Amino acid sequence: MADYKPLSRKAMAERIARDIPEGWYVNLGIGIPTLVADAIPTEKEIFLHSENGVLGFGPAPDPEHIDPWLINAGKQHVTLRPGGSFFHHADSFAMIRGGHLDLCILGAFEVSAGGDIANWATSAQDSAPAVGGAMDLAAGARRVWVATEHTTREGAPKLVETCSYPLTAPAVVSRIYTNLAVLDVEDNRFVVREMVPGLSRDALQAMTAAPVFFEEKEYA
Amino acid sequence: MINKQVGTTAEALSGIADGSVVMIGGFGSVGQPDALIEALIEQGARDLTVVANNAGAGRVGLAKLLDAGRVRRIICSYPRSSGSVVFEDLFRAGLLELEIVPQGTLAERIRAAGAGIAGFYTPTTVGTILAKGKETREFSGRLYVLEQALGADVALIQAWRTDRIGNCVYRETGRNFNAVMATAARTTIVQTCGMTEVGGLDPEAIVTPGIFVHRVVHIPDGEAAAPAHLKKEEV
Repeated sequence: MADYKPLSRKAMAERIARDIPEGWYVNLGIGIPTLVADAIPTEKEIFLHSENGVLGFGPAPDPEHIDPWLINAGKQHVTLRPGGSFFHHADSFAMIRGGHLDLCILGAFEVSAGGDIANWATSAQDSAPAVGGAMDLAAGARRVWVATEHTTREGAPKLVETCSYPLTAPAVVSRIYTNLAVLDVEDNRFVVREMVPGLSRDALQAMTAAPVFFEEKEYA
Repeated sequence: MINKQVGTTAEALSGIADGSVVMIGGFGSVGQPDALIEALIEQGARDLTVVANNAGAGRVGLAKLLDAGRVRRIICSYPRSSGSVVFEDLFRAGLLELEIVPQGTLAERIRAAGAGIAGFYTPTTVGTILAKGKETREFSGRLYVLEQALGADVALIQAWRTDRIGNCVYRETGRNFNAVMATAARTTIVQTCGMTEVGGLDPEAIVTPGIFVHRVVHIPDGEAAAPAHLKKEEV
C-alpha cells in the first residue's frame, strides 16, 4: 500500500469550511456536513440554516448551557449567533426551495459523474426510508456539495458512473469532498482538484467507479 | 367575551371522531405537544391518520399512540430515526400505512391547505421514485411535480405563550411545524407553556393569530423543558 493518510471526519469538515466564503447562507446535512458548523471560525460571518426553522446557529453549547428549545435538523443542541432568527417550517423550506441558500452540503451513499446524488434510501424496495429534507435541499439550494468517505466501509466506490440507489435529485452536485480528494463535477466528469499527500492518481482511480480527470486548481 | 381556554386536556380533545386526520406539531421532541398526545390516547379515537414530521421514538407520545393501535395511516417525512421501534414493528407487520413526503413538500402541502390553495408545483422529487404517478410539468424550462394540499380535522400544537383569544408565540425552534399546522385544521388545539393577559403579547411578534386557534390548554409542565433562565421570564 502506498503511504498516505485519509483525512479524519473532523479534518474533512475543516477542509470544507475553508472554502465557504464569508456572507454565504449554508445548510448542513446530517453526518460529516454537521461537523462543518464547529469548523467555521467565529470571526467569519457565515449564516447556517437548519430545516427546523433557524438561521444563524452556531457550535454545540457546553453541557451547562444547553437550551432544550434550540436544536438543529439532526436534533442536536446548538447555539444561536448574534443576528440569528427563527421561523416556521414553510418559511424554512421557502428559503431552501426558493433558491435563497448559497450552498447545501449533504452526505451521500453515491454520487454520479453527472452530479446525481443518492442519499436517502438504500434500495427501491426499502419500504420505510426516511427522506426528511434531503430532496428539497438537493433540488432547491443554489449549490450542492457532497461530503463523504471516498468508499464504503467495505471499500466499494461511492463515486460512480451511474447511481444504483434511488436518487435524491439528478444533476445537482457540483463538488465533492472525500477523505482522499476534492473533486468538481464538470461536464459529466469527476475532476480532481486536490488529493491527500502520498496518494497516487492510479490509487484514487482504483477507488472511483468512473474515470477521474486531474486538473489542479486553487479555490479562491 | 371570547375565551378559548379550557381547563383540562380532556376538554381540549373532546369530540375528536374516529377516522379523523390529526396533525401533530413538533420536530423530534422540540415543540411536540406531549400532553395533548397523551390526552388523545385517553380520549380513545381510533382509525386515525396522523400527519407529523416524525413517527415517534421510544414508547411515549406518538409512539405510544401508535402502540395502542389507534393509527391506521401516518404521513411524515422521517419515520425512521433512533428509537423509532414502535413504528418499525407496526410497519413491518403491515399494521400501519405510510406515506413518505419530503419535509418541505409536507410543510407546503399543509401551508397550502391553510391558505385555501388546492395544489402547487414543486421542483422537489423531480427525477426520483417519489414523483412516480404524479403530474410533472415544465415551467420556464424547468420540471416541477404537482402536489396537493393536506388539511386536517384536528391540529395539536405546542406554543410558548398564548392568550385567551388564542394568539400564540413560540419558543426558538419550537415553532417548526406548529405555526403551519395551526392554520390547516378545522379544530386547532394549543397546549401552551404559559398564559398571558389579552394585550400581553407584542402584536408585532404574534406568529399565530387567534383566528387559527380554537382551544387552548395551559400545561405549565412544559416549563420544565425551558432553560432555567427563561422559566421566570415574562414574554
